Amino acid sequence: MPANLRELRERNRSVQATQKITRAMELIAASRITKAQSAALSALPYTRELNRAVAAVASYSDVTHPLTTERTSPKRSAILVITSDRGLAGAYSTNVIKMAERLTQTLRDEGREVVTYLAGRKGISYYQFRNRPVVKTWSGFSDKPSYADSDQVADELISRFLTEDPDQAVSEIQVVYTRFESMLIQEPRVRRVLPLHVVRGDQSHEPMPLYTFEPDAATVLDALLPLYVRNRIHFYFMQAAASELASKQKAMKSATDNAQQLIENLTRQINQARQAQITQEITEIVGGASALTGNEE
Amino acid sequence: MTDTFWVEIVSADRRVWEGEATQLTAMTTEGMIGILAHHIPLIATLAPGIAEVTASDGTRHLVAVDGGFVSVTLTRTAIISPYAQLAGDIDVEAARRQLRELAAKREAGDNSEATTMAYLSAQAQVKAVER
Repeated sequence: MPANLRELRERNRSVQATQKITRAMELIAASRITKAQSAALSALPYTRELNRAVAAVASYSDVTHPLTTERTSPKRSAILVITSDRGLAGAYSTNVIKMAERLTQTLRDEGREVVTYLAGRKGISYYQFRNRPVVKTWSGFSDKPSYADSDQVADELISRFLTEDPDQAVSEIQVVYTRFESMLIQEPRVRRVLPLHVVRGDQSHEPMPLYTFEPDAATVLDALLPLYVRNRIHFYFMQAAASELASKQKAMKSATDNAQQLIENLTRQINQARQAQITQEITEIVGGASALTGNEE
Repeated sequence: MTDTFWVEIVSADRRVWEGEATQLTAMTTEGMIGILAHHIPLIATLAPGIAEVTASDGTRHLVAVDGGFVSVTLTRTAIISPYAQLAGDIDVEAARRQLRELAAKREAGDNSEATTMAYLSAQAQVKAVER
């Protein structure tokens, strides 16, 4: 079976080439996770100081601010769905989209209108393909979101929440993102970012000092809360990025393993085919030789 | 020997500077503020501008600030500003270009708060480098 043997060898080569690619992608994703994790780590001091300041102001003044006020009307919710820009990350984007669909359904069942914001090309193409209305989309930074990137998104969401226009106003904003639990576990989550729910009560270990506020507590709160919301949104984007890279690494690892198995099977088949070919040739030679000697006698 | 206090300057994605300092000046929305050791606990909103910290070894560091807060507690003083940058880390050309663009925008009649804030932030960056 010479033709078959050649075919098998060709397939083997192509699987080997694919395996090289998936292995490279696995290694790239792995190195990017380290970067994503160190980015998350270096954002911690800011988050810590901000949280402390919010807690300080909240414990001194009544937290009545447009961003913290619960609204009963209008019956409209905005959701932001954070997906990835690229595929080859296993079920990462699919899981988030599924979660978003479920959330949309629940909100609709409650009689609410849902307006959708999307981040990441995968989510955008999913909604476009189904001709669903989307308010605004962002893409191009899903695996490496800078603060400036998520700030654009936050700008839009905050102004949408604060708008007075009854046709535009929303009473809440929810984010669907993927939480990075560990390298092995990433879970899609729904979190409400607005209105803010301020938890009073002191979790920090050091006692709250008697602060002076300049110009006054209300103004400080006014400036502080938007920063807090922006930081939350940035946090969700960073979590999503780490999850995306972890899913990608996992998907590429199993692709590499699968390719390895394919290669082993193909090699076995190739060897078998080659052996069969040799056996056949020997049989033919022996058969031919014995036919010749038989003729001579 | 003057007393020192612990200063942290943090931007949204990293810690810009931290260390023992003898003095910190910053521009609040109410005006210039100078902070020395043993300042009373304070939280003040910052205006876009330049913050200057004098480290305990006498070196001075300029930081361009785009708003945010200064928070003083008994143990530490922090400047919390989303896009804070040390003068040495600023891309002057980019900042100048942005400043020109925003100036043109303002000339054209765009007086929105966002534009003004961005203009002042860019101005602070350029000034921080030039000083």
